[in-house]
Amino acid sequence: MRAFIYQRANNPADAVHGAAAGNDAQYLAGGTTLFDLMKLDVIRPRTVVDINPLEGAYGRIELGRNGLRLGALVRMADAADHPDIQDQYPVIAQSLKLAASQQIRNMASLGGNVLQRTRCSYFRDVSYAACNKRNPGSGCAALGGFNRPHAVLGTSEQCIATYPGDFAQALIALDAAVEIAGAGATRTIPFATLHRKPGTTPDQETTLRPNELIVSFLVPAAPWTRRSLYLKVRDRQSYEFALASAAVALDQQNGVVRNARIALGGLATVPWRAHEAEAVLRGNAIDERMALAAADAAFAGARGHGHNDFKIVLGKRTLSRALQQAAALEI
Amino acid sequence: MATVSTAAAPMFARAARAEAAAPAQAASARKPIDITLNVNDRDHQLAVDVRTSLLDLLRDHLELTGAKKGCDHGQCGACTVLIDGRRVLSCLTLAAAAAGRKVATIEGLATNGELHPMQQAFIDHDALQCGYCTPGQIMSAVACVNEGHADNDADIREYMSGNLCRCAAYPNIVDAVKEARPAMKTASRD
Repeated sequence: MRAFIYQRANNPADAVHGAAAGNDAQYLAGGTTLFDLMKLDVIRPRTVVDINPLEGAYGRIELGRNGLRLGALVRMADAADHPDIQDQYPVIAQSLKLAASQQIRNMASLGGNVLQRTRCSYFRDVSYAACNKRNPGSGCAALGGFNRPHAVLGTSEQCIATYPGDFAQALIALDAAVEIAGAGATRTIPFATLHRKPGTTPDQETTLRPNELIVSFLVPAAPWTRRSLYLKVRDRQSYEFALASAAVALDQQNGVVRNARIALGGLATVPWRAHEAEAVLRGNAIDERMALAAADAAFAGARGHGHNDFKIVLGKRTLSRALQQAAALEI
Repeated sequence: MATVSTAAAPMFARAARAEAAAPAQAASARKPIDITLNVNDRDHQLAVDVRTSLLDLLRDHLELTGAKKGCDHGQCGACTVLIDGRRVLSCLTLAAAAAGRKVATIEGLATNGELHPMQQAFIDHDALQCGYCTPGQIMSAVACVNEGHADNDADIREYMSGNLCRCAAYPNIVDAVKEARPAMKTASRD
C-alpha cells in the first residue's frame, strides 16, 4: 500500500478544511471500502481524514412527525436494529440488515455505505488496464469479459459496473434528501441526484464537489413508508451482494394502490428508481398479472451483455414478488 | 510518492491539542505514528507505520496471533475482534483509527485459566476441524450472543454469516453458540 498522511478531524470544520488542505484526500469512516481498495491500489489517497471523532455531531438517529433523520456516521447495524425504523420504515431496516455481515455493519457508516464502490472485478483488479472507471479512456474489460454480476439498467458503452449497495435503494424509493457539508454553507439535494449514471464519464460517480462531506439523510414521513419492504436475491442466502433486489413502498387503500415507490438494486449502474413501474400500479389492485405488468415496465429499457442476460428475467420476478408481498402485508 | 504537501501543517497544530488519545500527527507519510491502544485491558504505546492494520498491529507488534489473516479484505471474518465491545474486522481497521479504543482478542477471553463458556462450547461440540477460523468464530459468537442475535438457529446462521469456515463445521458451530448462550447469561463477567 502507498503511504499517506493520516489526520483526525476533531470538529466538522476541521474535516472539510483538512481534506481541502491535503492532496487527493479521502474521508475515513468505517473504512470497509476505503482501506480495502487502498490495499488493492485502486484508491490512492495522499491524505486520509479520519472523521470518526465526529460521531457526536453526525451519529444520531432522529425520528419525528415529519420524518427520519439519519446522521452519516450512524453505523449500519444501529439503524438496522432500531425498533422505530423497523416499525415505521421497514424497507430501510431490511436493506441494511440484508447487507454485508454484522462485523461490517458494526463498522460501516451510512454515509460511506451510499458511496461504496462497485464490486466489478475489473475495477478492483489493477492488473487489468482497461477500466474506464479506474482509468478514464482505457476501455471496459467487462463488456467483452465475464459480466454475470454486471448491470442491465443505466449502462453505457463505457461502463456496465453495478452499483453494489442496498440501503441506497431504500433511500431513493422513499424520496430521501442528502445534507452535504462543504467549504461554504451546508446544502441539501435529493438523494436521486447524488449518483451519476456512467455515460461517457464512468469515473465521475457522484455530484459531490471536491472535499464535500455527506452529513445526514432526511427521509420524509409518507403514507407508504410502513407498507414497505426490501427483497434481495443473491447467490447465497447471506453475506452476499444482490443479483437482483427491490425496494418497494405502497400507499394502498381498500386494496387499491394510491401511490407506489419502487427502486431496484443489483441490476443498475446507480441506485435505480422505477418510475414507469410506479405509474402502471397507480389506481390498480396488485395481483400477479398487475405486478408482472409493472415489472415489464421497469425493465423496458434493460439490456443484457451475455452472461448477465438472466438478470432481466430475475429482476422482473424479484420486483413482481416484492410487490405482491408488500400488497399483502398486514399493517 | 512520499513527497508531501506542507499545506496541511496548520491542521496538525489544531488536531494535536484536541484529544489526548489521538495519535500524534505524522508530518510525513513515511514517519511512524505514535498510538496508544488498550488491548485485553492492557495499554500499549506503539510507533507504527501509518498503513498498519489493527490485525497486523496485533499479530506483528504485540505477538497476539490469535486473530488470523485469512483474506485481508473483509470477506472471511478470521480476523474478528471486539472494539469497545462490538465485533469488527481488524484487517479493515486502520490501527491509527483504533487508537484510544478498547480492543478485545481471543487471548483475553479466558479468565484465570478458565475458558470462556463460548470457548468451552466450541470444544464440547467439536465446532472446528483445522481451527484457523476458530478465534474469529468465537469472538464473533460472543458478540452475537451479547447483541441478542442468537435466539434461534436462523438468527445464529444469519448473524454468524460473516465468519467463513472452509471445513464447514457450521452445524456444530450453531450448536456451540446455542449451548454457550445460557452459560454466558449466568457467567458474571459477561
